[in-house]
Amino acid sequence: MNGLAVQIRMQRGALPLDVAFEVAAGETVVVVGPNGAGKSSCLLAIAGLLPLEAGRIALGARCLDDGSKRGFVPAERRDVGVVFQGHLLLPHLSALDNVAYGLRARGHARRAARETASSWLERVGLGAELVDARPAALSGGQSQRVALARALAIDPAVLLLDEPMAAVDASGRLALRRELREHLASFAGPRLLVAHDLADAFALADRVLVLEEGRLVQAGPIDELVARPRSRYVADLVGVNCFRGVAHAGVVTVAGAPLRVASNLEGEVLVTLHPRAVSLFRQQPAGSPRNVWAAPIEALEPTLERVRVRLGGPIPLVAEVTHSAVDELRLEGGGEVFVAIKATELNVTQC
Amino acid sequence: MPARNRDFPTALAVPALVAVAFFLLPLIGLLARVPWSRAVDLLATREVLDALLLSLRCSLAATVLSLVLGLPLAVWLSSGTSRTHALVRALVTLPMVLPPVVGGVALLLAFGRRGVVGAPLGEWFGIALPFHPAAVVLAEAYIAMPFFVLTVEAGLRALDRRYLDAAATLGAGPWRVFRTVTLPLLAPSLRAGLLIAWARALGEFGATITFAGNLAGSTRSMPLAVFDAFERSPDAAIVLSLVLVVVSAAVLFSLRRRWFPA
Repeated sequence: MNGLAVQIRMQRGALPLDVAFEVAAGETVVVVGPNGAGKSSCLLAIAGLLPLEAGRIALGARCLDDGSKRGFVPAERRDVGVVFQGHLLLPHLSALDNVAYGLRARGHARRAARETASSWLERVGLGAELVDARPAALSGGQSQRVALARALAIDPAVLLLDEPMAAVDASGRLALRRELREHLASFAGPRLLVAHDLADAFALADRVLVLEEGRLVQAGPIDELVARPRSRYVADLVGVNCFRGVAHAGVVTVAGAPLRVASNLEGEVLVTLHPRAVSLFRQQPAGSPRNVWAAPIEALEPTLERVRVRLGGPIPLVAEVTHSAVDELRLEGGGEVFVAIKATELNVTQC
Repeated sequence: MPARNRDFPTALAVPALVAVAFFLLPLIGLLARVPWSRAVDLLATREVLDALLLSLRCSLAATVLSLVLGLPLAVWLSSGTSRTHALVRALVTLPMVLPPVVGGVALLLAFGRRGVVGAPLGEWFGIALPFHPAAVVLAEAYIAMPFFVLTVEAGLRALDRRYLDAAATLGAGPWRVFRTVTLPLLAPSLRAGLLIAWARALGEFGATITFAGNLAGSTRSMPLAVFDAFERSPDAAIVLSLVLVVVSAAVLFSLRRRWFPA
């Protein structure tokens, strides 16, 4: 199987899209980013539904688009399987005929196409009683299964999925995500998935690309994203504290307040801090070169294992502590607590 | 309720009622004068049956012509927004606003015995359109096709093109996408367009009488027969009119969902 090499340059409305990345065969890459960042445009370009202005899309040695009219291979000759946002099952065809459609377009006889389609529907776990149902009668999860079967049935060289979970309600999402992971794993080609939900990326991605305003701001394994978010969006996404400030001689000034850091970067920087790296004390702690200040407690948000403590003050941040620590420190909304942060816990990146 | 007064000021009630009466009274007048007891006899005359049959055949032929030529045209119109598209759309829309008599004169000058196309047609193939049912079909199509084209074009523009994209990624080329996705999704618009075009063709008068002439058995369609009968035997004209009213009402009924969505 061939890898996918993408270099996209085009104007989408007011947004200049300029990204380059590769997806190896057997690798799942998840693209995340805010709305309007150009994620879907990337998929459309790879699918052959949006011609490049410049750049190149290639599958192994086969060029699919090089920005020229002659080099553009239209969608119907690309062998790219797409699960669209909203799934886009053809509304006038049954689930079975939707899956058989691609095979029919490739010249398979009606009966053979329907038999193959039916085995695909079985593989994705669509109940036999729904095979002849129209898309309008299917739930979000069922329609996602049909869309996946439809994309896989044509034996594509690449698999693209545009927010496949968006139409699925929360209750069914967990099981469906697990299923999707298995189907992705059994597909040998490159897999590229656009996700809105970081949980999808966690569950499915070998590597994550972060797209913001038409540019790649970060690419790497998900734990790297969590450990060292390189933009406010990523930090918010992974639930990490993030401040913008100006660094000088080991001190970053954030909103007028100094933060001692273990970094010699100078100028505008982004500081990120994991909520678990924030220590809370009843009394002012002594010793060691720490960042210490008193902060008002704005709210306590209990999660399953820990409690997220939302703190106000000059540098608003979130701390994560155990349930027992909340009791020991007698934390409650409206109270005050001392915040201590080691300089080495503060991640500083240039921005 | 105060909201009701805001939606419909009382001062508008009288003219609105006059308008309703204006549309209702002609219908009542027609129905009141229908010679119900002799209706069947009047309809069963040779002349009326000829007109009925001719109207049916010509209007259906004009509808088929609208479909065969108008659908490709509508697809092309919906495919772009260029100046040429706008010009062609204006050209196609013209018969909708043109007085049909003028349309008939124009058709005559193009396809008549001495017309730009008509003269060579007669000279080389011995074909003369005027006073031939084919001329009725042309006149009706000239007036009716624009309704079909514009209805279908609107339907095409409202179509969610992402379905066509989805089909393309599955390996379907443009012609297959058109046959297996566009047409089925367009079915409601096609149905509506065909019905409107047919109703319009059935009622065509001005262009037909000017271009095709008023020859019993050949070009005298229903509306022409109504016009013709009105002086000699008003009762026959009324019964014929009733038939046309019933047909029109049926068309309206079958389009109710499209035109009057609840």
